[in-house]
Amino acid sequence: MTDNSTYAPSSRQWQTIALRFGLYAILLLFALYYLMPLFVMITTSLKSLDEIRTGSLIALPRDVTFEAWRVAWSGACTGIKCEGLSPYFWNSVQLAVPAVVISTMIGALNGYVIAQWRFKGANIIFSLMLFGCFIPFQVVLLPMAKMLGLLNIAGTIPGLIFVHVIYGIGFTTLFFRNYYVSISQELVKAAKIDGAGFFRIFWSIFLPLSLPIIVVTVIWQFTQIWNDFLFGVSFSQAGTQPVTVALNNIVNSTTGVKAYNVDMAAAIIAGLPTLLVYIFAGKYFIRGLTAGSVKG
Amino acid sequence: MATILDNPILEIKNLDKNYGSLKILKDVNVAIEDGDFLVLVGPSGCGKSTLLNCIAGLEPITSGSIAIGGRDMTDISPKDRDIAMVFQSYALYPTMSVAKNITFGMKVRGVEKAKRDEKLAYVAKQLQIEPLLARRPGQLSGGQRQRVAMGRALVRDPKLFLFDEPLSNLDAKLRVEMRTEIKKLHRELNASMVYVTHDQIEAMTLATKIVVMKGGVVQQIGTPAEIYTHPANLFVADFMGSPAMNLVPSKAKKNGKGYSLTIERDDAAPLILKDDKAQNLPEDVIVGIRPEDIGDAQLRKGKGLQVSDCLVNVVEPAGADTYVLMGLGGKEVVARVQGETHASAGEMMPFTFNMAKVSYFDPKTGLRLN
Repeated sequence: MTDNSTYAPSSRQWQTIALRFGLYAILLLFALYYLMPLFVMITTSLKSLDEIRTGSLIALPRDVTFEAWRVAWSGACTGIKCEGLSPYFWNSVQLAVPAVVISTMIGALNGYVIAQWRFKGANIIFSLMLFGCFIPFQVVLLPMAKMLGLLNIAGTIPGLIFVHVIYGIGFTTLFFRNYYVSISQELVKAAKIDGAGFFRIFWSIFLPLSLPIIVVTVIWQFTQIWNDFLFGVSFSQAGTQPVTVALNNIVNSTTGVKAYNVDMAAAIIAGLPTLLVYIFAGKYFIRGLTAGSVKG
Repeated sequence: MATILDNPILEIKNLDKNYGSLKILKDVNVAIEDGDFLVLVGPSGCGKSTLLNCIAGLEPITSGSIAIGGRDMTDISPKDRDIAMVFQSYALYPTMSVAKNITFGMKVRGVEKAKRDEKLAYVAKQLQIEPLLARRPGQLSGGQRQRVAMGRALVRDPKLFLFDEPLSNLDAKLRVEMRTEIKKLHRELNASMVYVTHDQIEAMTLATKIVVMKGGVVQQIGTPAEIYTHPANLFVADFMGSPAMNLVPSKAKKNGKGYSLTIERDDAAPLILKDDKAQNLPEDVIVGIRPEDIGDAQLRKGKGLQVSDCLVNVVEPAGADTYVLMGLGGKEVVARVQGETHASAGEMMPFTFNMAKVSYFDPKTGLRLN
């Protein structure tokens, strides 16, 4: 950038400051760009409908009101019923928590077997599971509907849990397998000589090592399952719909004036859990993605 | 090949190990007595670690049998073989403290807490790792981890200790220290040990018995001295000892009681050595002579020593000794002479050849002839 022949320490310092300044300016710009929609959503949800109609989109609310939030939570109409998002929010909780726990546990066991107890055909099975990650959702809709019917869990929350567990195993197995594969096989050998069996080794040695990858998997699975719309809309019925489907119904089934403030509040409510999970476990997420091996 | 022992602590008979069509170990027969220190040595890929894993029961064998302490262990699981193993990576459980690492095996086997603590205290004292007991493996240095790994083995008080290249992750100085310590431990415990290494010096210093392996086949079994002075074939001769044994092609001719050996030289008339004790040599023969059996002519005189002038190519001082290189029979031959030698490159110098310690090998089969 500058002529090196007239190089002096002070000019170099100045250069560093300028670079830093530029860097922060660009980062700030990006941050603003990303935060803009959230800002609009939050301010709009705190305004009254009158204010929305007369004011500017990005203006701060003149009178802050939480009425839209109350309506979104417990009064908004989804089709014929007008009880807000709350029942569907609990549906989502009842669906996401077991689905995340089960798929993570199965993924951990699968990864442990594939990475540490190499058996004939382990690689083929792993490739097939990996393939499962890349099958588009739409492709499995019909066979899955048939399957749920056969199992007699169609339209129920356990049915949805089942779908999400099946669809999640590919990813969770991939995560755990890649984490465990970097751990020396001598660990299993040492434990075998110590007299520990398959589950004992998993429980006492591998699971305590796995916190970073468990966090990654839980965040990934929770985000996927909570935000899922397609499976939710396809395999649920009135009363078992997850929050994403209910949100869609609130936004799309209003007649007359569109209550933007309620829509915005509802959208934030529906997105809040994934946001919170990321805020609280985010540092483990980064750590788990970057750190794989355990120095032994 | 295997010697028959009255009361072997470990006895491997006709062991074969295949991975599919790939033969890893071929007809291995080894037996050791109680208190023996057996070292399996060979270049990488020779099957020595696989053999150790087979003894441990971590790898199933294709055919043959393994007995430990007189009991057939061929189909017994590792935990019931009454063995303990120290691994190259130490394989300490990363999330457990040193104390828990050492007692994990006892805990799994349902040994009661008081007994566990007692044994832990004993082993910790023996290995001087008492201040480390509360730490995690990640907080330990390489040498400390090594000690903990040994502690985990010692606490089991097994019939047989197995070591899989336990020193190869340590730096040179620590390796020599730990080597001495393992040897001391072996003496104090009077334990039976099987030890895998690719380092022939480690093998020589530790073993009471060495198995040299190559390509899944046992090349020679013997005491360190036997292996060193009477290598069974060209491979063992070349592999054991540093610098390696000089292996020089020559022509043998019957001469009176013994043979005369003619070794070609590029820079002078052929070197002729006489060996009165040699018998039944073919015409083409490879003469094997250790560097220390070629020496300064002024200093060593006596029976079986033959003096001959040779041209010095390179002089490599190494402190206590000086290595002198010369060209014989188209090979670089190393002589080990006094540290303060007058040898200088490019000059003729008289050397003594100790014919009493020479080995002869058949160039076609590679086998020892005398």
